[in-house]
Amino acid sequence: MMAIFEYAPAPESRDVVDIRPSYGLFVNGEFVDGSGTPFKTVNPATEETLAEVATASSDDVDRAVQAARKAFGVWSALPGAERAKYLFRIARIIQERARELAVLESLDNGKPIRESRDVDVPLVAAHFFYYAGWADKLAYAGFGEPRPLGVAGQVIPWNFPLLMLAWKIAPALACGNTVVLKPAETTPLTALVFADICRQAELPPGVVNIVTGAGETGAAVVGHPDVDKVAFTGSTEVGRIIARAVAGTDKKLTLELGGKAANIVFEDAAVDQAVEGIVNGIFFNQGHVCCAGSRLLVQESVQEEVLESLRRRLSTLRLGDPLDKNTDIGAINSAEQLAKIRSLSDLGESEGAQRWSPACELPDKGFWFPPTVFTGVAQSHSIARAEIFGPVLSVLTFRTPAEAVEKANNTPYGLSAGIWTEKGSRILWMADRLRAGVVWANTFNKFDPASPFGGYKESGYGREGGLHGLEAYLDV
Amino acid sequence: MPYLWYAGTPAIPRTWGTTALRGSGLEVEALVGDAVGVSTVTTSLTDVASSDTALRAFLHGLPGVDRVGADQRAAMLGTRSIKTTAKAQAIDLAISMVDLTTLEGADTAGKVRAMCAKAVRPGGDAPRVAAVCVYPDLVPVAVGALGGTGVKVASVATAFPSGRSSLDVKVGETTAAVAAGADEIDMVIDRGAFLSGRYMKVYDEIVAVKAACGAAHLKVILETGELATYDNVRRASWLAMLAGADFIKTSTGKVSPAATPPVTLIMLEAVRDFRDATGRQVGVKPAGGIRTAKDAIKNLVLVNETAGDDWLSPDWFRLGASSLLNDLLMQRQKLSTGRYAGPDYFTLD
Repeated sequence: MMAIFEYAPAPESRDVVDIRPSYGLFVNGEFVDGSGTPFKTVNPATEETLAEVATASSDDVDRAVQAARKAFGVWSALPGAERAKYLFRIARIIQERARELAVLESLDNGKPIRESRDVDVPLVAAHFFYYAGWADKLAYAGFGEPRPLGVAGQVIPWNFPLLMLAWKIAPALACGNTVVLKPAETTPLTALVFADICRQAELPPGVVNIVTGAGETGAAVVGHPDVDKVAFTGSTEVGRIIARAVAGTDKKLTLELGGKAANIVFEDAAVDQAVEGIVNGIFFNQGHVCCAGSRLLVQESVQEEVLESLRRRLSTLRLGDPLDKNTDIGAINSAEQLAKIRSLSDLGESEGAQRWSPACELPDKGFWFPPTVFTGVAQSHSIARAEIFGPVLSVLTFRTPAEAVEKANNTPYGLSAGIWTEKGSRILWMADRLRAGVVWANTFNKFDPASPFGGYKESGYGREGGLHGLEAYLDV
Repeated sequence: MPYLWYAGTPAIPRTWGTTALRGSGLEVEALVGDAVGVSTVTTSLTDVASSDTALRAFLHGLPGVDRVGADQRAAMLGTRSIKTTAKAQAIDLAISMVDLTTLEGADTAGKVRAMCAKAVRPGGDAPRVAAVCVYPDLVPVAVGALGGTGVKVASVATAFPSGRSSLDVKVGETTAAVAAGADEIDMVIDRGAFLSGRYMKVYDEIVAVKAACGAAHLKVILETGELATYDNVRRASWLAMLAGADFIKTSTGKVSPAATPPVTLIMLEAVRDFRDATGRQVGVKPAGGIRTAKDAIKNLVLVNETAGDDWLSPDWFRLGASSLLNDLLMQRQKLSTGRYAGPDYFTLD
């Protein structure tokens, strides 16, 4: 049936970005060739190749670490107020180039422009502004007279390419460290534009180095003997490898890994807003969110009502061109990730959970997966245990607050949780008992540079953001 | 790339509801169905208004509204980008939903006649508006000017805008407006009674005014700016619908804030849920503060993504406004010619 009010395509213009055919590494303030075999980065919504990107070999990584080491002397000796000037400048340039960054992020990652424009890029700028403010106040942060660590080796994932870069680079630089950062191989482009922003801000050479490549490049960064600090965001599997590689060295390590967050809806929740929170919890960024609310725990007394509202709401989600300003659900980032989501979803079905997706046509080209809800999920099902990292929600039920806590905590992960209730005392009672680094009450997936973020158990250790985020980059 | 999804139509057939109210007990008997297969649904809400206690328990048992979440949802829907063909479609739909309003002490027969002329022929080939909305004493003038044009005559009543008068006066005013030919009555609720928890008084007044309306449609103005909380907006919406409102309307336009997007969103959720519960469809009319085509289109997006297609018609959604129409006409011309004409190219009224 033809809808009465059909939104016409409203694509954001691509003209604002100028993608070069090939990109090198950013070492010591210069773009240089890499000595590894270059790789291609594609637009996951169309499978079109966007650019060819250099691969950093271990020699290239070594040069980057040497540049960072050399720059560390100059950078760490600068008064905090001077470092702050550079960070404020970077933050302002990010705001000035916000549209370009948002479009490029959507092209390379597949996320809807509404999210890259309204969430990712504003948060990136906010992180730089926030940590710029700390740069001259470190003596008042409660760590005595702290010293920077030295060279930070940072490896970031593809789900929030530029935001994860900001989470890593802003506090490191504010504290006086220099960095060698490796972006994910499927989403290197905004990091390379960020390198250009560093040049535009006239950041001293070597303070920020960007080395592109796959796992081997990351291993070279993490394993380099002259790296003092390793920061990684990504899968628990890779986190374990990194922890092993770092064990026995004096490198300081923070890991931000996977999650299987419970989004807990009580019978007295504000239903319409809880449904929005469920949608935002698992379908934001196609569910490519480590703190995604991938397990919905709904009180049995309101299960039907909540699920009916949820299904109705999901039928209004708009899936398609990530650059269209009205798109809610974009593309899955890579063929590999799509295969993983498919196989875990098929497993969910074969283990006996009921699968549901709204009527939905997927584009012919690119990597797409419809928003999917599994009901009748038990704690023992794979889809209630494994991190799917896609737009797949597992619905479980509970009867009492104590049972909700038990089920929420019954996972090897502990990154985040959500509580939906109109009762303030219950929020506090629950938050005390949930083993999760972040607990959201009547909201989900809200981020703020002033708020620390990090996990319990297999979700990693260390905190990013806020005052706590400074500790990871200071010798305390 | 074309859109791959759009809001699915709920599997509920279009509904022509008739509400039979019997004393204080509430009997909702709705005729559900298309021309064929008419069936009678008696809802579980029969006893809700049997006593003050029952009504209070029901209204306070409705799910709460989280202000932060509702504001965010409305703000997100405000970012929808409506361009080209969609914009043209939305502008014409918005024009056809306008309740062109003048509610001033200085209103005269001449002013009302002029407004009626514009209501019928807004300019160019734009569609006519849904209704004109005037004070009761000017209803005969509007009826005279609009007879046979299809544009409805709406009259405010019940001691608009404050509602601070006796029930006799309110009913009398309604009766007079209907007798003078008003097709629609826009009544105000007793906010004082609502805020002091005397829900039954509010309910009884709506029932009485509805009875006085006869065949005329009743729009119940909640004056959400005075109700202050979103929980109150949802409760007042349900209260009005239970009492027989054909439409629920945000505001008189005399109090600020008037029709904010989150308030309209909550009322749209209320009519959607009410139809699910009773089978009876109730319309929504945001009024006050909607001045630009952009505001109007945001309202249509709210309807489209909250209540859905069934509410996207002048029968079920209205925009109460005075200056809005000219901005819609200006944007309409801009879309067809590519440039803006100056304000002198659009008639005052």
